[in-house]
Amino acid sequence: MLLWYFGHMPTTYAETWFPVLIQILIALAVASAMIGLSALLGRHVRDPIKFMPYESGMNPVGNARERFSVKFYLVAMVFILFDIEAIFLYPWAVVYRQLRLFAFFEMLLFIVLVLCGFFYIWKKGVLDWSSDEQRRQQREAEIRRAA
Amino acid sequence: MNFYIVSLIKIALVFAIFMTTLAYLQWVERKVLAHIQSRTGPLRVGPHGLMQPLADVFKLLTKEDLLPPYVSRFFYLLAPFIAVSLALIAISIIPFGPEIDVFGYRTYMQISDVNVGILFILAIAAVSVYGVALAGWSSNNKYSLLGGLRSSAQMISYELPFTLVIVSPLLLANHLSLRSIVDSQAGYYLGFIPRWSIFQIPFPQIFAFIIFMIAGFAETNRVPFDLPEAENELVAGFHTEYSSMKFACFFMAEYANMVTITCIATTLFLGGWHPLFPAPYSNWIAPLVFFVAAILCFIAGVQNVRKRDRYTFPVFGIAFLILAAIFAVPLFWQVTMPIFWFCAKVGFLLFTYIWVRGTLPRFRYDQLMKFAWTFLFPCALINLLLTALFVAVF
Repeated sequence: MLLWYFGHMPTTYAETWFPVLIQILIALAVASAMIGLSALLGRHVRDPIKFMPYESGMNPVGNARERFSVKFYLVAMVFILFDIEAIFLYPWAVVYRQLRLFAFFEMLLFIVLVLCGFFYIWKKGVLDWSSDEQRRQQREAEIRRAA
Repeated sequence: MNFYIVSLIKIALVFAIFMTTLAYLQWVERKVLAHIQSRTGPLRVGPHGLMQPLADVFKLLTKEDLLPPYVSRFFYLLAPFIAVSLALIAISIIPFGPEIDVFGYRTYMQISDVNVGILFILAIAAVSVYGVALAGWSSNNKYSLLGGLRSSAQMISYELPFTLVIVSPLLLANHLSLRSIVDSQAGYYLGFIPRWSIFQIPFPQIFAFIIFMIAGFAETNRVPFDLPEAENELVAGFHTEYSSMKFACFFMAEYANMVTITCIATTLFLGGWHPLFPAPYSNWIAPLVFFVAAILCFIAGVQNVRKRDRYTFPVFGIAFLILAAIFAVPLFWQVTMPIFWFCAKVGFLLFTYIWVRGTLPRFRYDQLMKFAWTFLFPCALINLLLTALFVAVF
């Protein structure tokens, strides 16, 4: 029993992260075991029909590596901008109680600046995914130009 | 040296419980959904279908493992690997209970108390988008590609309100470690209102909690936001081309993410393991709940609908009685009480997940993106600024 008293709470950096490291190793092992086991255990029957891309029973036409909507790319770009903004808030939140109103107004300024960009993006229609809306706006613009 | 042995024991315990929870969560989901829709759900394998998860695992393991010739082989295999392994990591920093004393050895009821806990969780959530995106792209199938693209755009869009809304409980706790956040929520206002984040005075965090849960549903691709798996337009979305256990990997990852998100919601907003009532009363809630459950089981056993239930329900009743007895022993309270309250909160949130799945229809994709950017994101910002203002003034 006395031996247990030599144990201690984790103090160093290495000791805090050691269990996380073990957990990561276990997770990797479980993931590879799942994928490996299913490859080993299952019955394999080769069949040309089975090796066709599944497109609801139709013969696939062309390749899937085609061009896709630029919207996805725009969303990814906008996400990077705002996610960096969000991450800036974390250290701010941790020291907030020492700085109080000073920190509040500093961050308010920063957020307002970022929000300007957000409203620009919004009005430009990056966040608008419905094509009906775009077509309606285009039609309205044409009418305005004609008038 | 003991520290390492104790950590290994803790990891083994948590991992075993976590995997069992994942397996049975599926059973619970099928049962609850069935009863919402006036069906019985799994019933054949074992009493009340309790062996169903085991049967499913064996079935999936022995199914044919297709590796189609048209896929990008490396990324096709990497995608389920990423999904599952990342989903299993985050549980290692969730605090389940306070510092406890086992035979004179003091330890946390947590695998490791990392001082940047929340950032760690966010990092894992961000990387897990790769699992879905790679699965969609590498499958070389049009449905998979569309599903993967939609799903990754959705996940990164909802990550913004998710990230922003976590900052407001941080403003109250002023610490990134999950254990310190829970510690800051201890105690009661007026002796009976718990000081959980959602009840804390500066600004009612209940709004933050609701935004967090909505974003959490979208992050895990659960029902009102399950666009990548919209089966009536995209077959099965990003996992159309997956079979056998690789297919199950994505489901396991989804359930693991569900459990992790509810654990984080409990930690940040619902006071972690702190009970709803002050100490002397809260200790008796657990035995009372299990006792009532046992009584209900016995009553159900007497009014048997099916012949087999004459034996199964009393067995469940006895199991509940044993649980009630264990939870009634004051010697174990330092371990059993935090676990009971933590599991009760997580269980309630998981039930909400299933309940929503049984209730709400799916969003349309443009509505979904519009909702994330033009409603949830401003709401999260307003909530954050108001919380900051209230914390600064009071």
